[in-house]
Order: sequence, then C-alpha cells, then structure tokens
Amino acid sequence: MRSKEDRATLRSRRRNARRPSWPLILATGGVLLYLHFPVAIIILFAFTTDDAAFRFPPPGLTLRWFGVAWDRPDIWRALLLSVEVAAATTAIALVLGTLAAAAVHRSKFFGRETVSFLVTLPIALPGIITGISLRSAIGLLNIPFSFWTIVIGHATFCVVVVYNNVLARLRRSSLSLIEASMDLGASAFETFRYIVLPSLATALLAGGMLAFALSFDEIIVTTFTAGQQETLPIWVFNQLTKPRYRPVTNIVAMLVIAVTTIPILLANRLTQEKSGVPLRRSVRRTAGKLHSNSEDLPQ
Amino acid sequence: MPECSSTRSVPAVRFDGVSRYFGDVRAVDNVSLDIFDGEFFSLLGPSGSGKTTCLRLIAGFDQPTSGTIRLHGQDVAGLPPYERDVNTVFQDYALFPHMTVGGNIAYGLMIKKVPGPERVARVAEILDLVRMSGMAARKPAQLSGGQRQRVALARALVNHPRVLLLDEPLGALDLKLRQQMQIELKAIQEQIGITFIYVTHDQEEALTMSDRLAVFNHGRVEQVGAPADVYEHPSTDFVAGFVGVSNVVTGEAARAITGSPQSFTVRPEKIVLRDAGAAVADGWCTALGRISEVIYLGAHTRFQVELEVGGALVVTQQNVETTSMDVQAAQGRRVRLVWQRSHNRPVLTGTS
Amino acid sequence: MTATLSARTVGSPAGLSRRLSTYLYRRPTLALVLLLTPPLLYLGVIYLGSLAALLVQSFFSLDGFTGQVVRKLTLATYRDLLTRANLDIIMRTTVMAAVVTVTAAILAFPVSFYMARYAAPRTKAFLYLAVLLPLWSSYLVRVYSWKLILAKEGILNWSVTRLGLEDALQWLLGLPGIGGPSLSVSLLGMFLVYVYVWLPYMILPIEAALERVPESYLEASGDLGARPQQTFRRVILPLVFPGVVAGSIFTFSLTLGDFIVPYALGNSALFIGQAVLAHQGTAGNIPLAAAFTVVPMLIMAVYLAAAKRLGAFDAL
Repeated sequence: MRSKEDRATLRSRRRNARRPSWPLILATGGVLLYLHFPVAIIILFAFTTDDAAFRFPPPGLTLRWFGVAWDRPDIWRALLLSVEVAAATTAIALVLGTLAAAAVHRSKFFGRETVSFLVTLPIALPGIITGISLRSAIGLLNIPFSFWTIVIGHATFCVVVVYNNVLARLRRSSLSLIEASMDLGASAFETFRYIVLPSLATALLAGGMLAFALSFDEIIVTTFTAGQQETLPIWVFNQLTKPRYRPVTNIVAMLVIAVTTIPILLANRLTQEKSGVPLRRSVRRTAGKLHSNSEDLPQ
Repeated sequence: MPECSSTRSVPAVRFDGVSRYFGDVRAVDNVSLDIFDGEFFSLLGPSGSGKTTCLRLIAGFDQPTSGTIRLHGQDVAGLPPYERDVNTVFQDYALFPHMTVGGNIAYGLMIKKVPGPERVARVAEILDLVRMSGMAARKPAQLSGGQRQRVALARALVNHPRVLLLDEPLGALDLKLRQQMQIELKAIQEQIGITFIYVTHDQEEALTMSDRLAVFNHGRVEQVGAPADVYEHPSTDFVAGFVGVSNVVTGEAARAITGSPQSFTVRPEKIVLRDAGAAVADGWCTALGRISEVIYLGAHTRFQVELEVGGALVVTQQNVETTSMDVQAAQGRRVRLVWQRSHNRPVLTGTS
Repeated sequence: MTATLSARTVGSPAGLSRRLSTYLYRRPTLALVLLLTPPLLYLGVIYLGSLAALLVQSFFSLDGFTGQVVRKLTLATYRDLLTRANLDIIMRTTVMAAVVTVTAAILAFPVSFYMARYAAPRTKAFLYLAVLLPLWSSYLVRVYSWKLILAKEGILNWSVTRLGLEDALQWLLGLPGIGGPSLSVSLLGMFLVYVYVWLPYMILPIEAALERVPESYLEASGDLGARPQQTFRRVILPLVFPGVVAGSIFTFSLTLGDFIVPYALGNSALFIGQAVLAHQGTAGNIPLAAAFTVVPMLIMAVYLAAAKRLGAFDAL
C-alpha cells in the first residue's frame, strides 16, 4: 500500500513530466506564427495608402481601396462566377458524395475499397494532373470551355469532402434507428426523410461548406478548364504575375480569405458538436445520472 | 374484432424449416416453431445461438435463406418491415435522438397519417400505460436507461401491433430495475393481450416471464415448452445445463448408479447429503463421493462432490439449521448422495 | 381506432414511393447499383477517362508547321521531353520538392510533439484548427501574401535592416543557383513559401503517428536508462517514421505539381508546373504538356511504392 504522500509526489512528478520544455514551446509558437502571420500582413496591406509598392511599415492607413474595389465591374464579374461555380460544385458534390457514402456504408460489396479509392484519388493526386487530364479530354473531344467545364473539374475533388463527412456520420449513427423507423411503418424514402436526413444534416452542411470553400479558391485545375473565363482566383493569379492593381488585389485577397475561412470554421464547429465534444458528453452523462437517481425508483 | 376468433387456431408466428446462413455460418439452422396468439414466448439461448436472428427474420430486417415464415397464416417472404403488423423494442432502444419522447411515440402514427388529435390522445394513453405521463416533451438524451426502455416499449405498443418483438430489452438495466421491469412487462402483456416474443440469454428471466419458451443452441431449437416443463424435463444435456444448474451423468457412472448406460440429469436441489454409512431406501439412487468444494451462498450452500464411480455432481442444500462454519467443515468429507429415482431425466448428449 | 390499424395490412393500395421502396427492398443489389451509379459514372467516366485522355495525348505529337495536334500514336513527344532544358526543369523541381519535404518534416516535429503529448484537450482542438485552416483555405492568397512579405520594401527586408543583418541577406542572395536580385524573385524565396504552404500537410500525419505512441513506451525507455535524446532517436523516431513518410507524400507531390509559387516568386528558371501550363496554353502543345505531367506521376509512383514498403499508409 502506498501512503498518501507517496501518491501525491508521484502525481506531481507525472505532471512535471507532462510539462513541455521552453525550446519546444518556442518552436511550436514560431511555427504557428509562420503559418498565420502572412494573413495578418494581407489584412494590414488592405488598408495601406501606398499604391505602388508593398512598403513596410505602410506610410498611412486608409479605407479608400474598399470603395475602389467596390466600383470594379471585373471583380464583381469574377466574384459572381466563382460563387456560381462553387454553388453548382457543392450541389453536385453533395449528391454524389452522399450516394457514394450511403452505398459504401450499407453493404460490404465487392470492390468497396475501390469506390473509396476512386473517390479519394482526385484530391490525392496533385491538381495539375487533374487539370491537364481534363484539359486533354476537352482537347480530344473538342468541347468548348464553359461554366460547366469549370464545375465538372471542381466537382471531381469536392465529392470526397462530402463523402468523408457523411460516411463518418453514418458510421457513428446506429443502424437500428433505420430499422426502428421501418419497423414503425416508414418506407425507405420516409425513413430517409424523417430519420436519415436529420441525422446527416450537420454532416451535409459541413461537407457542403468545405466543398464550397475548396471550389471557391481553387486555382490549379481551374486554370486548365476555364479557358478565357475569369474566376476570382484567376483574377488574383493574373495580378500575381502581372501586378497592375496592387491595393485592390489586397482587398480581393482579404475577401477570398474571409469567404473560405468562415465556412471552414463553421464546418469544424458543426462536425465537432455532433460527434460529442467531451464537454457536451459529460453534461449529458451527468444529466442522465440525475434522472436515474430520482425517477427510476418504483412509483 | 371478429377475425380474432378465427385466427385463434392459426399461430401468430409459424417457422417452417427456416434457415439463415451468413456465408458458411448457419446462424439459424432449419428451425420449425409455432408461437400462438396472445402468448408470452421467449427465445432463450447463449449469444450467437440464433435467437436474435430469428427475431430479425420475424421483423423483416433480414430474410431467411430457406424456409417460410408465416405471420397469422400469411407468408411474409419479401415483405419489408413496414408492411408487417409487428413492432420491435430494440436492445439499444433505438430512440430517434432528434425527436422528443412524444415525437418518437407518435412516429408510427404520423407515418400512418393518423389525425393529429387522435395521435395526441393515443400518445397520452400509452405514456400512461408505461407510467411515463408528462414526459412527452423530453428528449431521449434527458432520460435514464429505464425511462428510455419504457419509451421504446410505448413507441412500439402505440401502433397496436398483433405481435411485439423484444430484443433483450432489459439487458442494459441494473439488476433491481430489471426485476421490476420484468414484472411490469408481464403485467402489460396480460393487460393488452397481444403476442410478446422475447429474446433473452437470461434463463431466470425466461422462466419468470414466459408462457412458453424455446431454447436455442447453434442455430437450432433444442426444446420448446412451458418453463416448468423445460426446467423439470430437459430433453438434452445442453438444455439441462443452460436452464438452471444441472448434473449430467453419462456412461460408466450412469451404469453404476442406475444399471443402464443411458445419460440422465438430476437437479442439484433434488440430491440429499448423507453420512457415508447411511442406509438407502427402495426407489432411491445413491452414489459415494468426497466433497471437493464448498460454496456458501447465504440461503443455501453448493457442494461439489467427486464420485467414486467417476464424474462429479453438484448438490445444493438449504441452510436450514447449518451455518457457514458448519458447511465449511464438510470440505473433504466422504459422503453418500441419495435422490429419488423419479428425479432422473434421460437426456440426449452431445448437442452442446 | 382499429380502422386505422388495418390500413397497414398487405395488399392495401400503397403510394408509388412505397411500392418503389418495397421493390428495392426485395432487390438490395439493384438498390446498391442505383446508389453507386451516379458517383461511379462521374468519377469513373469523367475522371478516369480524363486520366486516360492524358496518357493518350502524351503519345500524340504537335505538327511544328501547322501548330495542330497530330492524332497518331508516336513517341516523338517523349523524345522532345528528354531535351537538356526539360531535364533541367525536372531535376530542379525534384530537388526543390525533396528539400522542401525534409525542411517541412523538421519544422513539423515540435508542433506535432506539443499537440500529441502536452496540449490539454481544449488547446489541442485549437491547435488542430490552427493547422487545418491554412490547409483548407486560400492557398493562392497565402502565396500572394509572401509577395508582400518578401518584396524589396516589404516587412522581411525591413526587419533584416532593423536587425543589421543586410550583409548576411546579401550573401545569401549572392549564392549561385538559389539566390537572386531579391527574395521575392529567387529560389530561396520559393523555398520559404513552399515550406509555408505545405507544412500543415506534414504536421497532421506526424501528429497522428505520435498520438499512437503509447506514453508507456516512453516511460519504459526512460525507465531502462535512456536519456530523452536517446528515447527520441531510438523509440519515437522509428515509430513515427511512417507518419513522416505519409506527410512527405503530400509535400513532395504537391511541390512537383505546383505552378503558382514559381510564377509568383520564381525567376526565369522554370518548374514542371510552369512548363505544363505554358505548353498547353499559348503554345497549344497539349501532347508535350501531357508528357510533362507523366513525369511527376512516375516519380510519385516510385515514391509511393517505396512508402508502401515502409508502411506509411497505416498512418493516413
């Protein structure tokens, strides 16, 4: 038997062992800074009065570039195209990703691994391969570039995002819920509508938002499938190689970051909440205990 | 309900040579079985014995590989769960987490497009039956295990099924709550008078609640009968061992005791311990042995006796006058076991 | 009340969706086929079909006079690929990918280690997000931000001047091959940006691998007398190596296929991605662009085969 003091020292020693060393903390902090301070720079430069170079520190701060950007029809056109493409891509990804996830989840069929592999392949291969492949097919079949050539290219690598989210949710949810629904008289379609869809809702929302973010700022594949069309990332890319409107570009860059970051943060929240963040789960467990104490007694 | 009298002769559920294979595994192996209207019928067996698969075949979650299942005389081959007049209480309750208790219970009525006011009335009525009145607005996550159990039961019963399937519904509850729910379930079944088919691995539960029960082993039915019947007259050594504790005496030991090599069982509580030199009356069986183990269980004591003719018998004895000290002192003592010959039950061996 | 009940007996007129549902219930294989057909058709036909088109195109050639693609199978395009200049491009890209990969692995370690071993659940969730966010969002804009940072008048030069390190920077930029007139037009600058954009891809698999090393192993190693460095080298590193390989697959292949960074920060020294883009674009030489893309695919195939042998895919 260990004495109380023994256990106390053991505990404190273990806690000491879990304390990171200063160099580790510094290195971690440094890498995180490296990963994030460039975004801060973009935000800062959106307000600089300097319109010819990227001078640091900025000679002055102004809001006027927001107005200038607002009045630029080319930016609006590019933004509109990007939003439309992302919306169409998301719709396709939601349908195809959910179907594939449902198929892989419901039965152990021959070639199930292959389906998983095929869905993952477009995001595993570098974008340039997807891009030039589609470009080759477009060239071989003499298909004219259009809105849909962009969407089809984007959907290839967005399906997997929805697929992964939906599959993860399906695996977490109990099969007996579906059986219970059919047992209570609901057909497969009614079961999908009343039971499956509500339980998938946040997974679909999260997958959809990630797909939207992925499509909205995609540049590599788009370069090969857009032809003369200009999405917002292509607009930025053109500024990158031939900078003409520096201050406005900074504004657009900030916009792109906002449009992609917000859905990602939301998606992260959605998937975490349903999977049962420890905090939530512990609250539920405590609640369950309280009830069993007071209400399971013979009445 | 006029058709009730006509269906009296037709079993509520009839299995006719039903098998279900999963690859090479025979989960259900040529089962034939009749379950009558209004019966509390248990499917009893160890895990993996095929009892739950049978329940799923009745519910329509799974289809037999061969054989026919009839519900009230109708062949249900290819009939999906939502076209069958049965409802299920799931082992994990399967309450829809995004709906309230009321929403869960009303689900079947909503699907059947029962009008709103009637829905509300029936939900209230059934909540009353399972003693959960006033809980309709709660979410399943806010309920205790016992309460979820009641909601799952209410959700199935509100549809007035002709057969209710229960898949180890009390398995997740603690002992005290389980015993209380056993009594309640039985009372509810008697009150509404529909067929209950109850899957369990707990022999005590099956014996307490059932009108009749079927003992499953390796996908086959070993014995069907009333609880007392199965307990007193086990037809195989598996049943004898699984339903209550039983002694199976085989081969040479059997011949030495009864004069015949036919295997038989005898219940531990039927055997009496005597001094080695005690006399034996006519019509009694006897065997000499040494007590190798003593387990004091409060109300009674269990002795393990190694027989001189080979094998061992378990004997239980009420602690009417003996104390813990007394019985412990019996360890290692040579004793004579006696029991009435009429308590021997011939059994088939080798099925377990 | 009983009237509503009998509505559920068989043979009652059911809705179309109910009949369809029953029809599919009896034919689970058909239901599966119906679920699988749209995604498989899309990815199988459009995506795999395009990959096939890429291979086919690489065996076509460009007629030098008319500028038209000749649709006849030939190895001529691959012969064009193996010129001195093109081999330089391939070499340069591969070396860059390798250096970026090694650097990213080294930088990823402390963060992963901190996340896996020390961070409290809440901190860990925050760090996850901090690593995931740059992985998911605005890769192009993140590259663009370095244009602001590395510019001659930008924050980096400003800091270097403040710290009095101009000479060191000038010396770095003076190095043959990797230097240039400024960081914003040099291989050195490109390297910085590549490490920056692909680092999250390295952190996550290493973190996952570290997470799976039980605390007891480290305690056992320490118990057996190993100093922390020895434990790291002899226990942690071998166990986490598959994670490193998994991460390197991303950093390596992404660098091989990228053209944004060289366009934004490179000089006249071309990279594979740029060559592909240039040939398919204004030059209209899709066959050569396709053949160029086959190169990183081959490099990756070799790399993946080696990685598989090292057991890297268990860490994905």
